[in-house]
Amino acid sequence: MKNNENNENNQWGEPISSGTQVVGPYFGAYGGAFIPEILYSTIEELKEEFHKAKNDPAFWEEYKALMSNYSCRPTPLTYAERLTEHFKGAKIFIKREDLNHTGAHKANNVMGQGLLVKRMGKTRVIAETGAGQHGVATATMAARFGFDCTIYMGEVDVKRQRPNVFWMERLGATVVAVKEGTRILKDAINEAMRDWVSNMDSTHYVLGTACGPHPFPEMVSYFQSIIGIEARKQILQQHGALPARVYACVGGGSNAMGIFSGFFDDPVELVGVEAGGYGLSTGQHASRLSSNDSSIGVAQGYKTYFLQNHEGQMKETHSVSAGLDYVGVSPILANFKETGRVRFEAATDKEVIEALTLSIKKEGLIPALESAHAFVQAFKEAPELSADKAIIINQSGRGDKDIFTVADAYADPAWREFIIAKAEEYHE
Amino acid sequence: MNKTKVTEYIENQLKKKKILLMTHIVCGYPDFETSYRIVEEMVKAGVDMMELQIPFSEPIADGPVILHANQKSLESGTTVKDCLDFARKVTSDFEIPFLFMSYYNILFKAGVDTFVKEMASRGLQGAIVPDLPPEEGSKYLSCMDEKGLSPVFIFTPNTSFERMKYIANLARGFVYCVARKGVTGLDTSFSDKLETYLQQCREAVQLPIALGFGVKDKSDVNFLIGKADIAIVGTQSIRVVEQQGLKALGPFIAGLRD
Ligand SMILES: Cc1ncc(COP(=O)(O)O)c(C=O)c1O
Repeated sequence: MKNNENNENNQWGEPISSGTQVVGPYFGAYGGAFIPEILYSTIEELKEEFHKAKNDPAFWEEYKALMSNYSCRPTPLTYAERLTEHFKGAKIFIKREDLNHTGAHKANNVMGQGLLVKRMGKTRVIAETGAGQHGVATATMAARFGFDCTIYMGEVDVKRQRPNVFWMERLGATVVAVKEGTRILKDAINEAMRDWVSNMDSTHYVLGTACGPHPFPEMVSYFQSIIGIEARKQILQQHGALPARVYACVGGGSNAMGIFSGFFDDPVELVGVEAGGYGLSTGQHASRLSSNDSSIGVAQGYKTYFLQNHEGQMKETHSVSAGLDYVGVSPILANFKETGRVRFEAATDKEVIEALTLSIKKEGLIPALESAHAFVQAFKEAPELSADKAIIINQSGRGDKDIFTVADAYADPAWREFIIAKAEEYHE
Repeated sequence: MNKTKVTEYIENQLKKKKILLMTHIVCGYPDFETSYRIVEEMVKAGVDMMELQIPFSEPIADGPVILHANQKSLESGTTVKDCLDFARKVTSDFEIPFLFMSYYNILFKAGVDTFVKEMASRGLQGAIVPDLPPEEGSKYLSCMDEKGLSPVFIFTPNTSFERMKYIANLARGFVYCVARKGVTGLDTSFSDKLETYLQQCREAVQLPIALGFGVKDKSDVNFLIGKADIAIVGTQSIRVVEQQGLKALGPFIAGLRD
């Protein structure tokens, strides 16, 4: 067993080392590297640099130091006493990735890749972003390390996440609003790829989730595994036993891979929660692994389940949360779906707002809309479990960025008035 | 390995011409009737071979012009089946070889063996699949070989000589040498560096070599004479039709060679 609680040296937790499960290029039938020939040598270089870093203890030390001095790690595991009382079931613990610098788990991946960029001697980074969290994290990393930075973001997402765009620009990044395709996350990935095939000599593509061509799924999961390693140690300290279940939302799959990594070898049920949008029966959702609407395909460099039509054209997806609104999903999770190691569920937009309301009222926590999907499923299941059991919810990010979307969902009249007044002020 | 029909055709044409021309269209853009007339104009103007692109929703290797054409075609309802039917029509009406170009998901979703059989029965002679590196393509390769079709692979300025040799072993028909980094439709500088690169491509493979990305006028094509066997014109002909209309296409194509 890896990362044993008896291992005193492992205070911080070391990266997942066991688990043939997380070594690419293939995870069961999924993964691979379906890339244009022009990127072959760039991907080779990245693989080599990543493997060198992975085998270099000094690299992990540097990563740990950076994450604790710059990004609040280890993040706490919070016992949610009032939510537990409310549901009268399992003890609810919440892993606080919202407390990372820039407000989401995205920082773990981005800072790790930033260190690799330094090692490779590149001077520019590019990234796609959906909710804008990964974009902000990447722009922050670029500012910290002194890299040039361009962020690709679908035009629809630029509209729904303007505050994040504002901060990315303040951080010195160029934000490109992608007007192609459905103008959301997948289209931003395509545009970032197009930049990368043009500028790979100077530029590293900081992919934001556990998707894309090898080695990205493995590499992103490796950096995010810090979440699960900490969480395992913390739950043993606070609860004295492993949790019964662990819940995480699944967009591309990076925060889920992160927290699940701590528990792969344990008798712990892992639950991934996807965006159910308006409901699975409406077809307007982004549920790849929890609905029957997806099928296996190859796009954006990797093989996995995609929401696509019978001829292989990608479908439009819908979610209230930009960060989960994506057609593909981590090939590692696709494999875990097949092996049964992870169970997948969907939460609708409506349920998400309800869960958000409850966690704000009961715990003073404001999860990101993405993270709130995990809360929905945990809230449904907590009452089924006895009080001696514990569950962990991964709060992948904080919800401040969602203020416009959430205020609309609440139809808050005072907020509306404020925005109108502000708009009038600008008109004058 | 026996030569495929595509290789034989290219070798024969090269006895008559200093350099061959291959052009590209996106099937169903702006509509199938126009696509057909574009093919007709191109063949009349002396094009030697053509790529028919099946539009895909995520064309990562294509630049703005072809990307836009992919999207417009899909928006107007183009299906893969429509493209196969269109291919049947042009391969029976025109003498030159036609190849499909698309992304791997289109083949994968249909089933690679089924798709290759469909291609063969429609008279297509090969395919270019830019997001399918040879490492991931063993099934595709064996299906194509079985039907005598040409899986065209790609060399780039980033491809090491060693890797060129590896790819050369698996390639059939000809090799598509990409002139530069980046996506389709941007400018290429036709320079000494390009010449050195083409020499290296030539040394790595016995098959004919084609150069594409950024070829847009007669001086580009002239530059390539003696250095490559085929000049590939993609984006520029779409631009000509978009900006000057269909009637400008024939003169444009004819004007690319003496
Ligand atoms: C807060 C938050 N959680 C979750 C996600 C979904 O990504 P992943 O599934 O890779 O964790 C995002 C993506 O933008 C996010 O911002």
